[in-house]
Amino acid sequence: MNKNTQRTIDLVNRNLAKRYRAEKRFRFYGLLSISFGLLCLVLLFTDIIGKGHSAFLQTYVALDVHFDADVLGIDNIDDETQLTVANYDGVIRKALLERFSDVRSRRDKRQLYALVSNGAGFDLQDVFRERPEQWLGKTETLWLLADDDVDTYVKSRTASGEAFTGRLSENQQRWVEALIADERIEKRFNTIFFTSGDSREPELAGIRGAIMGSLFTLMVTLVLSFPIGVAAAVYLEEYAPKNKWTDLIEVNINNLAAVPSIIFGLLGLAIFINFFEMPRSIPLVGGIVLTLMTLPTIIISSRASIKAVPPSIREAALGIGASKMQMILHHVLPLAMPGMLTGAIIGMAQALGETAPLLMIGMVAFIVDIPGGATDPATVLPVQIFLWSDSPERAFVERTSAAIMVLLAFLIVMNTLAVWLRKRLERRW
Amino acid sequence: MEATVRETVEQKPERLLDRQVIDDQEAVTAAATVGKPFVEAPKMAMRNVNVFYGEKQAIFDVSMDIGSNEVVSMIGPSGCGKSTFLRALNRMNDTIEGCWIEGSLQLEGQDIYDPKLDVVPLRARVGMVFQKPNPFPKSIYDNVAYGPRIHGLVDRRADLDEVVETSLQRAGLWNEVKDRLAQPGTGLSGGQQQRLCIARTIAVSPEVILMDEPCSALDPIATAKIEELIAELSENFTIAIVTHSMQQAARVSSRTAYFHLGKLIEVNDTEKVFTNPEHELTEAYITGRFG
Repeated sequence: MNKNTQRTIDLVNRNLAKRYRAEKRFRFYGLLSISFGLLCLVLLFTDIIGKGHSAFLQTYVALDVHFDADVLGIDNIDDETQLTVANYDGVIRKALLERFSDVRSRRDKRQLYALVSNGAGFDLQDVFRERPEQWLGKTETLWLLADDDVDTYVKSRTASGEAFTGRLSENQQRWVEALIADERIEKRFNTIFFTSGDSREPELAGIRGAIMGSLFTLMVTLVLSFPIGVAAAVYLEEYAPKNKWTDLIEVNINNLAAVPSIIFGLLGLAIFINFFEMPRSIPLVGGIVLTLMTLPTIIISSRASIKAVPPSIREAALGIGASKMQMILHHVLPLAMPGMLTGAIIGMAQALGETAPLLMIGMVAFIVDIPGGATDPATVLPVQIFLWSDSPERAFVERTSAAIMVLLAFLIVMNTLAVWLRKRLERRW
Repeated sequence: MEATVRETVEQKPERLLDRQVIDDQEAVTAAATVGKPFVEAPKMAMRNVNVFYGEKQAIFDVSMDIGSNEVVSMIGPSGCGKSTFLRALNRMNDTIEGCWIEGSLQLEGQDIYDPKLDVVPLRARVGMVFQKPNPFPKSIYDNVAYGPRIHGLVDRRADLDEVVETSLQRAGLWNEVKDRLAQPGTGLSGGQQQRLCIARTIAVSPEVILMDEPCSALDPIATAKIEELIAELSENFTIAIVTHSMQQAARVSSRTAYFHLGKLIEVNDTEKVFTNPEHELTEAYITGRFG
């Protein structure tokens, strides 16, 4: 007997080293997977941030602008029409010609004018109209928005003088270098990127329109999908009998969660736009389509969290005479709420990043105006990214990455909110 | 009492029951309920009750009464249907899908399975305390106040405060929690939680309290407190208690019902059941030969 036990211990000891090795290997595999995931994440982030961070700065050129009444065509500063139609581009061109007085030929002049953005005239109008009586006839040093080619050139310029020249001619490069030598070129924080809508000119393009479009679309989605999803989950969990019909419904819900999102887009196109004749490109339709897409997610997560409410709580409520509705409203839903909210936020995050179904309902249109409501034509952030990634201008590359960074920031905020809400609302029993 | 039970075993060692009889459904079927299942002017009267879970029958033809202000305990081996029968008394089985009931169950002459009867007031009249303490994840105060609130028993806050206080006092919990009514009921100890559940049940002033193994999750000291409480409550309430502990049945109840494989074998005065059972299955159970 004693000998036997001895032998067992020996056997155990002999296997122990092997077991520990297996244990270590097992842990190592997990660690390897995590590291791989983290590495991919780091690569993605470095790439995006590396490409996109420069979009948050924008190049400006300082020019001595002479507000010549003749060039502007203003003889009465109280006349609003005159202030509006005044030739602001003319004074900018004049300022450029004065700075580079050796430029003579029409071709060179055109190249010179192209150093400053098309939108600079409008900016000039804005600042001038604030104090026309002070500035008319005076010369002011003003910082004007540079063209995207100049912007790209300045940003890519290295200490040794190498730079991405792109579409800039040698003359233009020379002028830009001269301006840099004069310290008349500066990079400032790019507010335009956050305050304006889309544009054909990269230096004038911003994500405000797309953000507002995403906001309205998500609001429609949330308002529709959360109540519908929760009500459906409550009915299925608490009231529906368990038979083949409810089994069929369950299979279909799970199935819908896996249907490619573009199919929801086709459905939206066929039903909401072609049949109900709703307008194209509007957040309302986009929101409804995304509702259809996120409903399965919300229903599944809501059902899971309703199911997780312990039956003892239901019995307690019923046992002292609560009606079924009181049991659900007073006890089941409050306890299931953290899970349902988490599901809803994850569904919303999914909807925020969704592109394909919105392409089908026309939210891929080029829309300059910032939408003011759910029925204004709009596009959304991921579609904006898609549009910009397709644009040939070099300056759109950094804007694409910057828009991705903004989208990622929103997603991180939403998912953090989901975790925080769950921790905050979770009650122990 | 302990001594008597042991004596019974020693006196009749030769009468060991055949295992077959104990496990055989058919053999038990023949047995009609012995003892005195019926009382005069019963609070609840059950006649020929059958309970089914889908195809499976859980309760066979049970007839018995529960008298006013008496404590009836229901004992029997696991799976004998005593909990099922108890839950039938305030229609808690309604929530179980596929469960249906035949026979007549009356509360003061009123059929509780009448389709026209609303189950909400019924459960206010016949309250229930469960096996596992299940306070709501709310404050102690809200736990007790929940019943009166949903039934609209009180209008003013002061009245509600009073109901909460008296209920907690009657459940013997007031002195322990009066300074922390706003704290969660789930933070109490197991025994306190169960007394909180009893306070919650009596806050709606039911006529009958059903207790489904209320002490099985508690330690002996907490159990003793609950048993004391049951004795006090029996002055005002009719109590039916399901228990696994024969000592508990002997201590708290005036009548005891013995269930076996879904059948009611014997109902009698508790003393009689534990000292001189009429049915051999009852005797086999209380002497510990199975269960």
